[in-house]
Amino acid sequence: MWEAIARNRRRSAFLLAGMAVLLVLTGAALGATIDPMAGAGAGAVLASIVFLVMWGVSNVGGSRMLLASVGARRIEKDDAPRLWNVVEEMTIAAGLPAMPAVHLVEDDAPNAFAVGHRPDRAAVAVTSGLLKSLDRDQLQGVVAHEIGHIANQDTRFLTMASIMVGSLALIGDLWLRSSRTGLRRTSRGKGQAGLVVLALAVAILAPIAARLLYLACSRQREFLADASAARFTRLPEGLASALEKIGSHVGSMRATNRAVQPLFIVTPLESGEAGSWFATHPPTVTRIRILRSMSGGAGYDAYEAAFRQVQGQGVLDARTVAGGTAVAVRAASGEEAEPQSVVERATETHAALDRLGGYLSITCGCGVGIKVPPGFADDTITCPRCAVVHPVPRAQAAQYQRSATAGWEAFRCACGRTVQLSPGFAGTRVRCPGCGASIAVESPA
Amino acid sequence: MMGLVLLGLIVVLGLWFVAIYNGMVGGRNAVKEAWAQIDVQLKRRHDLIPNLVETVKGYASHEKTTLDDVMRARTQATAAHGPSAQGPAEQQLNGALGRLFAVAEQYPDLKANTNFLALQEELASTENRIGFARQHFNDSVRDYNTRIQSIPANFFAAGFGFAPESFFELDDPAARQTPTVKF
Repeated sequence: MWEAIARNRRRSAFLLAGMAVLLVLTGAALGATIDPMAGAGAGAVLASIVFLVMWGVSNVGGSRMLLASVGARRIEKDDAPRLWNVVEEMTIAAGLPAMPAVHLVEDDAPNAFAVGHRPDRAAVAVTSGLLKSLDRDQLQGVVAHEIGHIANQDTRFLTMASIMVGSLALIGDLWLRSSRTGLRRTSRGKGQAGLVVLALAVAILAPIAARLLYLACSRQREFLADASAARFTRLPEGLASALEKIGSHVGSMRATNRAVQPLFIVTPLESGEAGSWFATHPPTVTRIRILRSMSGGAGYDAYEAAFRQVQGQGVLDARTVAGGTAVAVRAASGEEAEPQSVVERATETHAALDRLGGYLSITCGCGVGIKVPPGFADDTITCPRCAVVHPVPRAQAAQYQRSATAGWEAFRCACGRTVQLSPGFAGTRVRCPGCGASIAVESPA
Repeated sequence: MMGLVLLGLIVVLGLWFVAIYNGMVGGRNAVKEAWAQIDVQLKRRHDLIPNLVETVKGYASHEKTTLDDVMRARTQATAAHGPSAQGPAEQQLNGALGRLFAVAEQYPDLKANTNFLALQEELASTENRIGFARQHFNDSVRDYNTRIQSIPANFFAAGFGFAPESFFELDDPAARQTPTVKF
């Protein structure tokens, strides 16, 4: 595996250096049109400053910004145990130094993405639609693909490259604004006019060139992550059928934007012809066909052979292929065959979303689950079916008395945040995730 | 002048050797860590079992033999040390757990219990984790062996005590099968 990572790193460094040169040259060329004497130097310096600022910001809060921009919320194990466990299993399979943070995006379109500068401080986000529609093997395939991006250090490259592309666009923008005043002063000379045309071409073409480079790389990384996913799960069919389900979903994601688009497992925007130069992802159909053609096992050698068979050329380098030969496929868990698991998954997903939304859930003795919205002011709530009055569980004076019923329990902290207790909770104190207050939990004797 | 060139050459060669040596150490440590991870996951399974037995007891207390079997197998598995002793003990525990879940099948109330469902998910996930930890161990061993057997590391590997590691293999194919915890 380390060959692929090392190669990835080398290529990232090369590409980023190329883009940095492009960035400085663009800055210089555009600066020269404003002031032929000092403009070139000033432009180059300005371009470097813009890049450094954006790089610094992204290092500190890039992952959080990307996650927040699609409305991803961090979850704990109790919110979605199945998803959490699958992420932890894949962390073990990939041998990552630490488990990535798990995030949930409320969106019906099934999709997933990963962010993070370093493998030990990464995050994986999935949509509620994905959690709802995929069985365990499929979810494992998708999570393994995302973990593959983290392990191969694609997330770091993509974050850096997005900043490069963003900086170029920003500098082009700055030039267009300043040139409204600048051009009038400088466009007198004949030579100046030619320079302006050249600069205009640079301002338009540089971001496009950068973007094309970045997209070409991003597509190749998708194949590598697919190969990693097959190897981590030992089950290419899991990811293949997951991609099929994701690809057949009608409608695009609500919560998405151009910045995070290349990060998703399949492209969340319907941006014309898939497989074209402007696509961030290879066509899903091709990816499925390659995964399904893996006849010789689940290793990199099998993926490479399948890729050759479908695309007519190779994708992985020889050392990577040699490092992962003769890996046998395991049997599917066969969860999909059970129709009730579909209902269970939907229930689980909605419960997770409710908990994230700050809803309290009370189970009435008559079997009705009552959801108490955040900000509910009364101390009691009446069951709509049997009219039994339930007290709304609150932690008063930083203390909470557990009720006698075993199972999931939640109460509201004094700060208004919902605190979850799992059925296996046996401690005496719990920390509120909102205000950090330590709340005493008294279990019934 | 000649001396400077020679000095530079020695420094470059030294750095090259350090890189190779550190690479081999890194590979060996990765193998050790991967082995430790398997133990962590086995322990996790042992820790889940008392909780599971307590839950089942609440609904099916008269299935005493099955429950006792599971607890006994757990005690043995916890006490076992080394791959040769661990293998059969874990296999026995797998068998006992399989029987426990077969028994649980007959109790609809138990099957609907949230605590039991949560434990079932935890146990299923632990089985996966053990499998993936073993898989990662073998992947690490493969990476490490490839590294110390390929040029140029193979010139130094034996001299510095880097021996190839052996893969994790279960003798009995049935032992690879994790117990089915499904309804």
